[in-house]
Amino acid sequence: MSETATQAPPATAAATDDVLLDVRDLKVHFDTEAGTFRAVDGVSFSVKRGKTLGIVGESGCGKSVTSSGIMRLVPMPPGRFAGGEVMFDGRDLLKLSEKEMRGMRGGRIGMIFQEPMTALNPVYRIGDQIIESLRVHSGLGRAAARRRAIELLDLVRLPSPEKRVDDFPHQLSGGQRQRVMIALALANDPELLIADEPTTALDVTIQAQILELMRDLSARTGAAIVLITHDLGVVAETCDDVVVMYAGRVVERAPVAALFAAPQHPYTIGLMAAVPRLDIQSDRLETIPGSVPPPYAKIDGCRFASRCPVATDQCRAELPPLRELAPGHSVACWRAPLEDVA
Amino acid sequence: MSTVLEVSNLTKHFPVRRGLLRRQVGAVQAVSDVSFSVKAGETLAIVGESGCGKSTTGRALLRLLEPSAGSVKLDGEEITALPPSRLRAARRQMQMVFQDPFGSLNPRMTVREILVEPMVLHGIASGERAEARVSELLRTVGLAPYHAERYPHEFSGGQRQRICIARALATRPRLIVCDEPVSALDVSVQAQIVNLLQDLQREFGLTYVFISHDLAVVRHIANRVAVMYLGRIVEEAETSALFADPRHPYTRALIAAAPRPAPGAVTGREAVRGDAPSALNPPSGCAFHPRCPLATERCRTERPELRAVSGSNVACHHAEQAEPLPLPSAASAPSELLNRRLEVLARARAASAA
Ligand SMILES: Nc1ncnc2c1ncn2[C@@H]1O[C@H](COP(=O)(O)OP(=O)(O)OP(=O)(O)O)[C@@H](O)[C@H]1O
Ligand SMILES: Nc1ncnc2c1ncn2[C@@H]1O[C@H](COP(=O)(O)OP(=O)(O)OP(=O)(O)O)[C@@H](O)[C@H]1O
Ligand code: SF4
Ligand code: SF4
Ligand SMILES: [Mg+2]
Ligand SMILES: [Mg+2]
Repeated sequence: MSETATQAPPATAAATDDVLLDVRDLKVHFDTEAGTFRAVDGVSFSVKRGKTLGIVGESGCGKSVTSSGIMRLVPMPPGRFAGGEVMFDGRDLLKLSEKEMRGMRGGRIGMIFQEPMTALNPVYRIGDQIIESLRVHSGLGRAAARRRAIELLDLVRLPSPEKRVDDFPHQLSGGQRQRVMIALALANDPELLIADEPTTALDVTIQAQILELMRDLSARTGAAIVLITHDLGVVAETCDDVVVMYAGRVVERAPVAALFAAPQHPYTIGLMAAVPRLDIQSDRLETIPGSVPPPYAKIDGCRFASRCPVATDQCRAELPPLRELAPGHSVACWRAPLEDVA
Repeated sequence: MSTVLEVSNLTKHFPVRRGLLRRQVGAVQAVSDVSFSVKAGETLAIVGESGCGKSTTGRALLRLLEPSAGSVKLDGEEITALPPSRLRAARRQMQMVFQDPFGSLNPRMTVREILVEPMVLHGIASGERAEARVSELLRTVGLAPYHAERYPHEFSGGQRQRICIARALATRPRLIVCDEPVSALDVSVQAQIVNLLQDLQREFGLTYVFISHDLAVVRHIANRVAVMYLGRIVEEAETSALFADPRHPYTRALIAAAPRPAPGAVTGREAVRGDAPSALNPPSGCAFHPRCPLATERCRTERPELRAVSGSNVACHHAEQAEPLPLPSAASAPSELLNRRLEVLARARAASAA
């Protein structure tokens, strides 16, 4: 692990133990013609200042809906908050007025979207988009904002930033667009950074530099980070704690080392085994057989049961609650730990 | 085996214009002098730093962008010179899975319409046959027939990526350019898609150009690998040779920096330091020289040509000098407890199958 991540917390804001973001039993449902789709169905987690929480889980399990739910950016309708609270620094974001919420976005809370073009406006130059944000949230003058924008583009390793600041998004490569969006999210030193797959389009070296940038933000200002990624290498390197989601729910939660050393939930175990490895050449990559239940199916029990080789009748009938098996390590599985299964 | 795709000296430079008169003040040298060929049923991977010209190469191959110079032959037919009508026919044989799935799907079309459109356009199927094929394609990429009625914005990032793959498969092409096709997917769905691409390749003799920055996936799927740096191919070799004995200092740095999925694993991520070069103003001589540990005076002035060095084609003056590189190993091995629990699951799965 990197030095920054293993060091004992320094005696700065980063060391204080207070929870900045506390998501409690969040439910985001979609009402469609076919029925109600419980995309996020009772998700809870919290992040302390200066800490990084990773969220992993199968494609479509609700990670992005959770993060855009926190930012109140889920289209409503068809979306709807069916319950829960999003406590940010002691206030429930779900209760803020739209105007207050707009002030949060891009200011105290920065967001990196999974798809850069959802955050970048195709008809404005990238520099102008960053400058606008700096002027609104940090009150910089035009010239100062432009200087800062170029500096930010340099920080995210955009080559020739002083020239490319005047490019339009379509003139950039996929990874460059992603980095512009990261610059935009970091522009105003957010207290909370929500990063949804921030490095998917980036090669390893630039990825390393971006992760360092995020760590630096967190160490320097005590920012809390929620990092959504399917790259377990990135999780291992960057996160303090990890939440594993499956079909709209949290199925496991653990400190990062514990998750890798002793994954508990059958889904997590399958996920870990599916990581392709550079040192082994195999004929086929390992998968988790089966697929998620259809979204409108009414399921009382464990949502993983149809794919789980050790499922029992209890699993199919009763929803397993999160229970703590080791300090800070909880799992929603009736049968964990599996080695005790006869 | 026959050569499906033959690319020679492909070049794409984007003019940079400034001022009211939009005068050209320079050019982004996105792709310069790229040559390679791919045989039927094989996969060529293109890897390299963000912005090095991978997507531009892919788009120029299919003439989604007009190349500035060079030749692209599909089954011997020169693509760069085709008139529009013939180009449309050729497009049936070559498809692309785009890096940005959101931007490449029409938000006002349902998934069914998205998949039926190319089938009708190329006269492959219509009516009921097209309907049946929609369901089949959705299942192929791990989605379900009920997804057909939904719109792109109703899907997650990874689900949209799979719609793009289904659309590329719809015309039963000979060649698919896959631009980061699995980078938006979690590892188990990624594995499903990679296995699927390989099955389709075996079954139909598909040829892939596979753009990716995930070296583990590349090592698994590719027959050959081309490494690009600032618009040029700097190393090209058979996959096993490339990983066993990478010769270009940039390739070596890339492999050394590959992430290991284990907390505490030591990565060589310091490998490529220094500023990323600019395609607006590439360094003289070897473009890698400002970041290269082996750079000499010659590297600053003379651009190295691709040449054969122990099984690779390498563009480096000092390719013979590099020390052998140990492959990343045990650091990423699964924990003992994980293995024990996997065994429990495997045994249970076997028992229920019996
Ligand atoms: N506007 C919408 N209307 C209906 N369903 C939606 C909408 N947006 C998302 N969904 C559904 O909600 C589920 C969760 O989507 P989400 O984008 O959160 O997945 P994800 O975990 O981020 O996946 P990925 O890793 O592929 O990005 C998906 O099954 C998706 O189809
Ligand atoms: N339309 C355009 N106008 C000007 N420059 C462009 C245009 N499209 C791409 N470029 C530039 O060409 C270079 C190569 O871009 P390309 O998209 O091919 O990179 P890439 O290797 O696919 O990168 P990534 O891994 O980030 O997707 C980049 O410097 C990019 O900014
Ligand atoms: S609760 Fe039962 S079905 Fe669900 S993961 Fe655990 S063992 Fe499998
Ligand atoms: S030619 Fe010189 S600078 Fe370029 S990669 Fe080889 S040693 Fe390094
Ligand atoms: Mg997502
Ligand atoms: Mg690209």
